Amino acid sequence: MSNILKEHILTVLKQNLRTDGRKFDEFRKVEVEYGISNSAEGSARVKIGDTEVIAGVKVEVGTPFPDNSDEGSIMVNVELRPFSSPDFVSGPPGTDAIELARVVDRAIREANALDFKKLCIKEGESVWMVLIDIYPINNCGNLFDASALCALAALQDAKFPKLDENNKIDYKQKTDKKIPLANQPLSCTVSKIGENLLVDLDEVEEKFIDARLTIGVLEDGTLCALQKGGDTALDVKDIEKMVDLAIKKTKELRKALK
Amino acid sequence: MANDKRPSGRKVDELRPMEAKVGVVKRANGSAMFKIGDTVAIAAVYGPRELYPAFLQSASQGVLRCEYNMMAFSGSGDRVRPGGNRRAKEISLVTEKALMPVLDLSAFPNTVVDVYIELIQTDAGTRCAGITAAAMALADAGIPMKDLISSVSVGKAGENLIVDLDYLEDSAKPGVDIPMAMSTRTGQITLLQMDGELTKEELKKALELGKKACMKIKEVQTKALLEKFNGGKK
Repeated sequence: MSNILKEHILTVLKQNLRTDGRKFDEFRKVEVEYGISNSAEGSARVKIGDTEVIAGVKVEVGTPFPDNSDEGSIMVNVELRPFSSPDFVSGPPGTDAIELARVVDRAIREANALDFKKLCIKEGESVWMVLIDIYPINNCGNLFDASALCALAALQDAKFPKLDENNKIDYKQKTDKKIPLANQPLSCTVSKIGENLLVDLDEVEEKFIDARLTIGVLEDGTLCALQKGGDTALDVKDIEKMVDLAIKKTKELRKALK
Repeated sequence: MANDKRPSGRKVDELRPMEAKVGVVKRANGSAMFKIGDTVAIAAVYGPRELYPAFLQSASQGVLRCEYNMMAFSGSGDRVRPGGNRRAKEISLVTEKALMPVLDLSAFPNTVVDVYIELIQTDAGTRCAGITAAAMALADAGIPMKDLISSVSVGKAGENLIVDLDYLEDSAKPGVDIPMAMSTRTGQITLLQMDGELTKEELKKALELGKKACMKIKEVQTKALLEKFNGGKK
């Protein structure tokens, strides 16, 4: 079965097309919706074609690490619940979920999207911890880019809750104060099937990739994170092409954000 | 008593505004969203499909397996740590028991029907919203059902018996919370839990209130199913 599918995909690619008629460098329709859960301090829904991901930001007060006593922290978690795909199973996060979370985390962290010093409440005592949880609702491929976009949108939407005099959070009362975002990293994953470079793969195409490269990009085209996946090696020429494509595509993805 | 207002301004027998949509997860065999007030549940059904490990299989009929989960950001306070807890386990169990009486899985021996319920945002009544969404998702998946299940919580705040408790009412002390689910055609009860103190007369009244509320929820469920399958026509 999978051999027939792969053959079909390769045959179509030879005609410079994909199984759903898209061009190699064409994303499906991208939509971003803000504020989809009022239990969270910030939240968003991203749809890329039939792929749907939601993300929520919770904010907690914690104690800083002794070596960074004036810095808050972030955490990114992805749950690949069996809800969103027949291929996902219940239980603690597996390798795929952990890689996905870490790649999203890396782009945000290395872009210095959040100024950790601005998350300090009282040096050495209390800091804000920003906790981002990402849940695919329907997995039709490209969870990497959808998750990165969704995490950024949820951060854009996030406002600090109110603190009382004992540094206890009153979650019922949100302030108008937004979580400060210094940079807005997005990622684009470029995959290689045969000799072809493609973006925004659907769940069937994803099964047959030779290699993929997830590229984190800032507003000005600066790169902030990379992750190679797949079982085949890439030569430098491929990587250059992939990076160019990612810079171009993240510029387009940015238009879906407010 | 019947006219006493609640913190939200609702009447004692008044449900919060409801919304329902069928077919929200494309890769699932059936799915639905149910929103009641600020509580939003989504349910997805996968199966009948093979069940492993094999000792869980039943040769006489398919097995129903439910999993209830609150998303990490869906709680009213701190982040809910993912990975399940005793509460989620118990709710998953009573959800199975609430749905099973109307299912006929005899045509699917050795298989499992998986029902996954996720809460996106919460304001009490989450297990009831989850069961209501799951019933629609099962119907959407084409699982043979003798009836629809509708679910609501009834309870007591102050001297009043009320339906569809929100978080403020649910956490009020002393208070009574009775999550219930009903097979709407027969009027039989498939979920019944209670915490709090109540006289037997009050319980009888509460169940009557709950039954009426379930009939209103059923209308919303039926409408959403018709919207998907019949262009909204009856």
